[in-house]
Amino acid sequence: MNFETTIGLEVHVEMKTNSKAFSPSPVEYGAAPNANTNVIDWGYPGVLPQANKGAIEFGMRAALALHATVAPSTHWDRKNYFYPDNPKAYQITENQQPIGQNGYLEIEVDGQTKRIGIRELHVEEDAGKNTHNPNGYSYVDLNRQGTPLIEIVSEADITSPDEAYAYLEALRQTIQFTGISDVKMEEGSMRVDANLSVRPIGQKEFGVKTELKNLNSFNYVRKGLEFEAKRQVQVLMAGGAIQQETRRYDEATGTTILMRVKEGAEDYRYFPEPDLAPLVISDEWVKEVQATLPEGAPARRKRYVNELGIEEYDAKVITQTLEMSDFFDATVKEGADAKRTANYLMGDVNAYMNDKKLELLETKLTPAHLAGMIKLIEDGTISTKQAKKVFKAIMEGQEPVAYVEANGLKQLSDPAVLQPIINEILDNNPQSIEDFKNGKDRAVGFLIGAIMKQTKGQANPIVVNQLLMTSLNAR
Amino acid sequence: MAETELTQDDVKHVAQLAMLTFEEQKLEHFTTQLDDILNLVETLNEVDTTDVPATFTVTENVNVLRTDTANNTHQGSELLANAPEAENGLIKVPAIIDESEEA
Repeated sequence: MNFETTIGLEVHVEMKTNSKAFSPSPVEYGAAPNANTNVIDWGYPGVLPQANKGAIEFGMRAALALHATVAPSTHWDRKNYFYPDNPKAYQITENQQPIGQNGYLEIEVDGQTKRIGIRELHVEEDAGKNTHNPNGYSYVDLNRQGTPLIEIVSEADITSPDEAYAYLEALRQTIQFTGISDVKMEEGSMRVDANLSVRPIGQKEFGVKTELKNLNSFNYVRKGLEFEAKRQVQVLMAGGAIQQETRRYDEATGTTILMRVKEGAEDYRYFPEPDLAPLVISDEWVKEVQATLPEGAPARRKRYVNELGIEEYDAKVITQTLEMSDFFDATVKEGADAKRTANYLMGDVNAYMNDKKLELLETKLTPAHLAGMIKLIEDGTISTKQAKKVFKAIMEGQEPVAYVEANGLKQLSDPAVLQPIINEILDNNPQSIEDFKNGKDRAVGFLIGAIMKQTKGQANPIVVNQLLMTSLNAR
Repeated sequence: MAETELTQDDVKHVAQLAMLTFEEQKLEHFTTQLDDILNLVETLNEVDTTDVPATFTVTENVNVLRTDTANNTHQGSELLANAPEAENGLIKVPAIIDESEEA
């Protein structure tokens, strides 16, 4: 019997607002434990939370970027559960009226474009962080408690682990380009839960699904889903039944392990949050937010190809991250040639980043410096060979024009300086002139070599070539 | 009055969700009591609510929002002093095993 797989993904993204969703405590990664907490974050009695307008607008940005409809009105709900990292014993979320609905995301698998539906997006709050210790205690840091999250729930349109991977890549890119989050799995600012079921091909009803947790990278998502699909098929083929349950992906063995039989949604005893006022989202407000939405990756790719003459593939590489794309735009805006900028970013800059294990914005390179160096190459001030030295300098934060001046790296392009040198070399090499007249091209190479030697390699080879040919023909 | 049918298992389940423990012999007492409360609340179903939109709040307030500005009140250590146990700036609690992080 053949089976088909159905996958739905729930992605939580931490939004990089200045303050928390319902309290003014700072949102900041890496602060001292519990330093960014106040009475609201700790769930003290009598406190009055207030919703952060910025978090709602970031949520709207995500909804708009995913082509979802922004809800004209919404309210907050409490989801009740006990856990030490959740001091109020409830999470504030949008259960009944999500901020966005009916969106979609386009993915590409094996050259085929496919549209994956986005069922809904919820703005909600994150929990604190629990660290287990073998001594029988857990240690709680509430800095993360109350950080705004956007939960993005896909439709069950995904039919393979590869599609799930492509969906996550596309989602990460889309969200990153809205500027609301760093979307880094490794720092926990993007988290993925997956639902998977299998059914015999042709069967109308979905099979019973299991939920997968502890999927800490896109690769683990793919591997976990691959394993889980196989496991479910094996259970069904052996005449067994799938339980609705939560399973944990085990990185060491590449398998999924039963965590718990899933509690029903009613066990969370959702009810409207009485401490927070409902939201009414006007069309004007949506338009205002739409206007703040940065240009997305597909639009940038189109612009790079059509307006700047960049190759399709290169445009894809540059728009892989918002940082790279912004850096590229800023460099071109400084007057640098677009193709050269693209080549430097994808080549030398990328190699530098890999070598030093740095992110682009962690390097000392600025768009102005990169543009400065490229302009020096373009106008013939320095050769591409000299540029290698200048590149090293700008990666160390030096200003390219000043560096070129200070190190005498200027390419010699002035005919008034070059012509006398050429004349002198021609005077000293009558044999070469003779060879040239007899059609021996090697003579030209020899003469250029002599000129380059005389000028310590600083002569502009193009200018030298032109002047030399004119002089040779005149003799 | 509409009769709800609350079972002892329901009460056990709700107690477990609320992390309450009580002696087994009190189960019957609580089941009756909770059932009475639910029946009392059921009275509300006698009100005709056709065409009445769902109410999520009892005030007229909407969009009571705060601008996204951080304000650290530096209450961390004071709050920590109120925790039953603390260590290195962290709240120390009995470990809970076999539970995932909620988000």
